[in-house]
Amino acid sequence: MLKIFLAFVRKETFHILRDTRTLVILFGMPIALVLIFGYTISNEFKGASIAIVDEARDALSAELIAHLTASGHFELVAQPPDMAGMEKAFQTGEVKLGIVIPAGFEQSFFREKRAAVQLLADATEPNYATTLTNYATQMITAFQQEQGRVEVLPYQVGVHIQMLYNPTLVGAYNFIPGVVALILMLICAMMTSLTIAREKETGTMDLLLVSPLSPMVILLGKVTPYVVLSFVNAVIVFLLGYLVFDVPVRGSIVLLLVLCLLYLMVALGLGVLISTLAATQQTAMMTSLFTLLMPTMILSGFIFPIASMPTALQYAAHIIPAKYFIEIEKNIMLKGAGWEAVQFSSLVLVAMMLFLFAAAWRNFKVVYD
Amino acid sequence: MQRLLFIIQKEFIQIFRNKGMLPLITVVPIVQLIVLSFAASNEVKDVNLAIVDLDHSQYARELVHKIEVADRFILVDFPPATRHGDERLQDGTVDIVLTIPPDFEQDFFKNKGAAVQLLVNAINGQQATVGAAYLSTIVRDFNQEIQQDVLPVRRLAAGAPRIEIASSNWFNEELNYQYFMAPGIMGELVTILVMLLTAMNIVRERELGTIEQINVTPIKKWQFILGKMIPFLIVGLILLTVGLTAGKLIFDVPFRGSLWVIFAYCLVNLAAVLGLGLFISNISDTQQQALLTTFFFVIIFILLSGLFTPIESMPTWAQYLTVPNPIAHFVHVMRSVLLKGSTFGDVLYNFKVTAVLVVVFNVLAVSSYRKVV
Repeated sequence: MLKIFLAFVRKETFHILRDTRTLVILFGMPIALVLIFGYTISNEFKGASIAIVDEARDALSAELIAHLTASGHFELVAQPPDMAGMEKAFQTGEVKLGIVIPAGFEQSFFREKRAAVQLLADATEPNYATTLTNYATQMITAFQQEQGRVEVLPYQVGVHIQMLYNPTLVGAYNFIPGVVALILMLICAMMTSLTIAREKETGTMDLLLVSPLSPMVILLGKVTPYVVLSFVNAVIVFLLGYLVFDVPVRGSIVLLLVLCLLYLMVALGLGVLISTLAATQQTAMMTSLFTLLMPTMILSGFIFPIASMPTALQYAAHIIPAKYFIEIEKNIMLKGAGWEAVQFSSLVLVAMMLFLFAAAWRNFKVVYD
Repeated sequence: MQRLLFIIQKEFIQIFRNKGMLPLITVVPIVQLIVLSFAASNEVKDVNLAIVDLDHSQYARELVHKIEVADRFILVDFPPATRHGDERLQDGTVDIVLTIPPDFEQDFFKNKGAAVQLLVNAINGQQATVGAAYLSTIVRDFNQEIQQDVLPVRRLAAGAPRIEIASSNWFNEELNYQYFMAPGIMGELVTILVMLLTAMNIVRERELGTIEQINVTPIKKWQFILGKMIPFLIVGLILLTVGLTAGKLIFDVPFRGSLWVIFAYCLVNLAAVLGLGLFISNISDTQQQALLTTFFFVIIFILLSGLFTPIESMPTWAQYLTVPNPIAHFVHVMRSVLLKGSTFGDVLYNFKVTAVLVVVFNVLAVSSYRKVV
């Protein structure tokens, strides 16, 4: 029995190793993802192109414009003559923020002590618009204080903010756990469902099953190489996180890796289950893509915080295995938590694993017995 | 010409024959659109807060009340001591612990530098920063209010000239996040689906052996490639229509610009993406390879397209990478035309660049197709 199992493991391993391109992608993708997340994805405000409608055209308005552009954050790319021109500037995508300085700006400011300025933000991207408006407001307020020579008022209440567990708010603490969850799901669920579906499609599955070998052994033999592959991949991602982005593992590494294996088993169960339901590789692929990978990316809390989602989706997030695994990862890696803290999530994963194995086994028997 | 029509007919028959695929290419993308548009929000609400009030003064109570009515926070607990607050952070029941130190009110009246402390669980970056920012704003407002008690109002108003800033949000007054996400997601889903289907297509025929049957026919390369592309072009356009309808019905996405521009652009974009898909299909030996290669491209395209995070926040070298990225252009055109009412002229640049991509990808596709394996 063991010999047969090992024979299948070897066969599948050779299949995998012979396919260099797949291997390159399977190892290259997580590395590429980590690098992209680390170096390009952010919500940081770096600067914006602005347009200014200057109806005042006096000395003070010129000074305000100079003040705004001198900071280096705002680049003046257009000076439309009117609001219609401003709208056009937005529509071409040239600018994201517009400023209107009304006529008589200097007079109003110095004589009547009150001048008005209008900020127009391109709110197609709501968060960005809010950030831009805030920045511009700060800069204009600073200009106002400069011009009016106001001293700092006494009787201030200070706010001391201390960020815990993530002292520099580095995004890496968020996406490294997520990428590991994603890649484990990709390899263990999608790849295994594909490999089994492929044997079904080309007809070799039936050949295997009419032989006197136990289907369970065949199945185990086929999926074991993928388990090993994905585990190695996960370790690489953790190492990458540690070496390049200083993402630590403050808790027990052993506990982390054991729970990785648990999650891996859940993904495996999902993969096998899908393969029992899909007749062709195409179907297996589309099914695992849309029911596994997409929800894992979207609802697991990896990219978008679960707390920001509408309630219905928050409930839906509870059936995504990745959500629990990512929580486990973050607790162990960033908070240094031990078994007690991750107990609940781990038990949920165990329950999922058992359920999936049972369902897959039932399907398998029904079809092939 | 006739041969071309026959190939197109064959492809459609094959698409419809595969019963498992049909829901996957119609229902599932729509579900994705809905789920993703709702899920992909960076709006911060319901931040779990614990307040440790060591002062118990009038001002402390007023501040707490102010936070309560702000509606952004869920006041989970009022621990009696700071270490209880720390425990709450550790076990994750709260995101922020606000501590009002003893003698807070007294220190304020004596102008000794009263301060409050925020301990923030920064594991989920956004909740932390935005939550802390909201709290800071509330404290600042509170500060201004209680300053009235100490300083005569006259002193504050006289002398200093002020600039009053009126800000307005154009194209999306209520800052509705779904208006922002749904058009982009529509573009992205159509692109992914069509690219996946195309990429799997030729390889599948090669794996199953039916490609050899086609190869022995007198069909020409270009007829074969076109014959594969046109059905998927049609599928893509239909999908876009369904997506736009769903977007309108469910999210009430504004349609300020011309839908002709949208469809025309979709056609050009699909032609480019199909070319890329076919190229991948030609150079892959197995469906699995085709799938993984496509997935690899798609994920990178999506992340770097400005769909979820702004292109302006990327480093300059990454911003250049958005030029050959079809999804980046599609998302931009969808958002500009639908939400801002941009015209054909406004997005001409996108049309031009995508047209270049059409040529590049399809030349690659045609030249990589080997009729003799």
